Amino acid sequence: MRTNVVLETRSLSMHFGGVVAVNRVDFSLRENELRCLIGPNGAGKSTFFKCLTAQLRPTSGEVVIRDFNVSGSESHQVARMGVGIKTQVPNLFDGLDVEENIWLSASQSASLKRSRVITSEVIERLQLGDVRKSQLGSLAHGQRQLVELGMVLAGEPWLVILDEPTAGMTQEEVIRTAEIIREINKSATMIVVEHDMQFIRMIARKVTVFHQGQILLEGDMDEVSADARVREVYLGHRKTS
Amino acid sequence: MKRSREINSLISIGIVGLIILFGAPLSLDLFSVISLTTAISLAILALSLGLIWGFGGILCFGQTAFFGIGGYAYAIAALNFGGSTGAIIAAVLVAAAAAAILGYFMFYGRLSDVYLAVITLTVTLILYSVIRRTSGPEYKIGIAKLGGFNGINVPPINYPWDATQFLYPEHVFYVAMVALLLAYFLCVWLTKSHFGRVCVSIRENEVRTELLGYDIRFYKLCMFTVGGAIAGLGGIMFANSIGRITPDVFNLYNAALAIIWVIIGGRGTLIGPVFGALILFYLTSFLGRQAVVNINLFLGLVLIVFVLVVPKGIVPSLVELWDRRKSRRMTARSARRMRRRGRSRVKEVQVED
Ligand SMILES: Nc1ncnc2c1ncn2[C@@H]1O[C@H](COP(=O)(O)OP(=O)(O)OP(=O)(O)O)[C@@H](O)[C@H]1O
Ligand SMILES: [Mg+2]
Repeated sequence: MRTNVVLETRSLSMHFGGVVAVNRVDFSLRENELRCLIGPNGAGKSTFFKCLTAQLRPTSGEVVIRDFNVSGSESHQVARMGVGIKTQVPNLFDGLDVEENIWLSASQSASLKRSRVITSEVIERLQLGDVRKSQLGSLAHGQRQLVELGMVLAGEPWLVILDEPTAGMTQEEVIRTAEIIREINKSATMIVVEHDMQFIRMIARKVTVFHQGQILLEGDMDEVSADARVREVYLGHRKTS
Repeated sequence: MKRSREINSLISIGIVGLIILFGAPLSLDLFSVISLTTAISLAILALSLGLIWGFGGILCFGQTAFFGIGGYAYAIAALNFGGSTGAIIAAVLVAAAAAAILGYFMFYGRLSDVYLAVITLTVTLILYSVIRRTSGPEYKIGIAKLGGFNGINVPPINYPWDATQFLYPEHVFYVAMVALLLAYFLCVWLTKSHFGRVCVSIRENEVRTELLGYDIRFYKLCMFTVGGAIAGLGGIMFANSIGRITPDVFNLYNAALAIIWVIIGGRGTLIGPVFGALILFYLTSFLGRQAVVNINLFLGLVLIVFVLVVPKGIVPSLVELWDRRKSRRMTARSARRMRRRGRSRVKEVQVED
């Protein structure tokens, strides 16, 4: 059973001064899984995500990806292991066009010739042909999110970690993104941090609920949404906010 | 369309460069050729800053440090080696090494942009005050006395590997101009390469570039080192055109001047900074001769005007203006064509009638 665990955290903690953002989290992810991470604002999801991708160095505990301890690594080294990463705040090359953005991702690992092919494939797959030559800075928010997803795809990752991929998208774009994510999941293991319950319903098999830096519950969508504690901390919280 | 225009402009730059290369010594008097050589050496410095700031996002406020190190290293090596060929190579390497060492600490220490600007400026100013204090005869490297604020007299360049045959000032001009052209096209090639495009992406967004798997520290270090080598080459040519290298190359005025060249010429282009340096060199030396306005005041004014009115710099603004005029002319032409076509259609209708 343990052989196909591809990502694992052991007693992972992250403190910011007195704030304990992530508190001794043991988490594991199997190959080909599509895991959703949910939780109220400030639950520590993004901090957890940043520890996984080595953007933050954990205060204690470790992150192991494919038997490799990445706790002391740089984030480019994690990316080089074949991990595709999308942050919560959009991170794009605003002064460059869509094609260049995606090409820069593809050409990190692929040859120059192959990366041109990958770039056109990704653009076609995300239906970004019309804006191929547009500067990223001039695009609408939802389209920018799609391009960022395209950059993740172009790296041909085996593990994909996305922080709020649908933030600020229209309903239509959310549905399309759900389709894309299900398709990516055919060839890659995924973790998706999300807020939008409807979206999670569209994609999720297994859900991990974060609360105050700890895992409150893990289970499938029905179990989770039926759980009284989850209703209280998460759904209740949403209603009041 | 865009690509072919790029190639055209590169070809034109190459042709203009060759015309200056062969034409200037024939049509100018000796004094003008020498001052053009000086201007070209400064243009090489501007090019190096244009490369690392415009294409790597590295705001180095002390690019003159590597320029000066190149000049000094050349003078010291040429005196000790008794010839210039090896000295040129050594000086470029020394400037590159200085940039690499400083860059290593700055980039691998993950300094923020502001600290980077401050530290590079500080390094230059430290060099300025340290070398100014080396007047005594005890300050020497090999047989080369550092000479304090008087600087070092630089032996002229000689024919490759033949130290008995010195170059005349016209020939030093050829060397400087060829150096500028080579450095320019090296930079063009670099910015078009995969390496250069990754550097541009670092300028655009460091976090994203890192999350794509690029080690941005390494890319910045390489860019900075190449910039240091090119600035060093400029310093070598500068020392040769003046015949002397003094600590003044490291002063605050020159450090700021290099930044102003790039701002005026246009950040994000390579030819812009070259123009910026040439224009300001001739403007300030012209104004210096008139002695009507204070040059520092004038430079300050120019900088303010550019930052407020032409923030993109001369070259990008000219390109924009050209594009707008062209598109206006095209729309005017197509409107005329439409009108003509409309009229002829009216005629046809009448004929059918
Ligand atoms: N760099 C930081 N410095 C100090 N505190 C931080 C930092 N980053 C996060 N925190 C704190 O850690 C806690 C967890 O934040 P985090 O961003 O991980 O939450 P989240 O679950 O992603 O929330 P959201 O749903 O709003 O994105 C919060 O209390 C936040 O204020
Ligand atoms: Mg978050």
